[in-house]
Amino acid sequence: MSEVLEHPSDRLLAAVRQLLTDKGVITREEIAERIRTTDSASSAQGARMVARAWLDPAYRARMLADGAKAAEELGIPMRGMPPLGVLEDTAGEHNLVVCTLCSCYPRAVLGYPPFWFKSAAYRARAVRDPRGLLREFGTELPQGVKLRVVDSTADYRWMVLPLRPAGTEGWSEEQLAAVVREGDMIGVTFPKVS
Amino acid sequence: MSALLSPGTKVRVRDDWPETRGPCHIRTPHYLRGAEGVVEKHLGAFPNPEDLAFARPAASLNLYHVRFVPKAIWPDAAGEALVVELYETWLEAAR
Repeated sequence: MSEVLEHPSDRLLAAVRQLLTDKGVITREEIAERIRTTDSASSAQGARMVARAWLDPAYRARMLADGAKAAEELGIPMRGMPPLGVLEDTAGEHNLVVCTLCSCYPRAVLGYPPFWFKSAAYRARAVRDPRGLLREFGTELPQGVKLRVVDSTADYRWMVLPLRPAGTEGWSEEQLAAVVREGDMIGVTFPKVS
Repeated sequence: MSALLSPGTKVRVRDDWPETRGPCHIRTPHYLRGAEGVVEKHLGAFPNPEDLAFARPAASLNLYHVRFVPKAIWPDAAGEALVVELYETWLEAAR
């Protein structure tokens, strides 16, 4: 990096990194691996899991039993990540995820959280007025569908496994993954076929 | 760790406010203190975050998914179920 572009925090980062490796707290390879993991995390990873679960009932069962193992099965790095729980939407019940205490989010499979997920308004309203909140996202629950709000307060991270939308019969896994957005796996929206 | 609570067990979240007594780190939301719910699932055992946050030795605690009725917490609430991760030390037998 040239002298002109170097920021004081870059030198601080280099110094901390040097200390961590000199003292044997962590190796350079481990730091590089974690940077790769963070950079590769996005909601496209979670979408791949959802699409696979829609097509493969055995994978679906494994994903509901242990989300982290199911993610690793698709090559998504989960080492050092919190356990991943998967909330299954059914014809009669829809799940919505919030972290009222802070911003717990399944980053390994959904990437960085959207800005509103951390807002006080979302966190307060998701537990108390979730139907009003869903309406503002343009989501109307069908008549008779129960709403189950999951407040992510502790060691787990949670993602929603939404229902497969109508009009996707015969689609490939890649086509299906392309219609699954981050909001669908938080539970504020449903996957839509345009 | 205490004996495992089975799904369906009625529990009450302790009506305790450690934050009024000094610095602490709590993963039990305010709105649930004193609320009654039902154990849905045992999620495993994890080191107590209330100690981890202060770099103290942390005992392993059972963690549960506990289901609450939102209207019992806020009369104007919408939604049929509210499910929250809670550690065993915050749960007592429902009255």
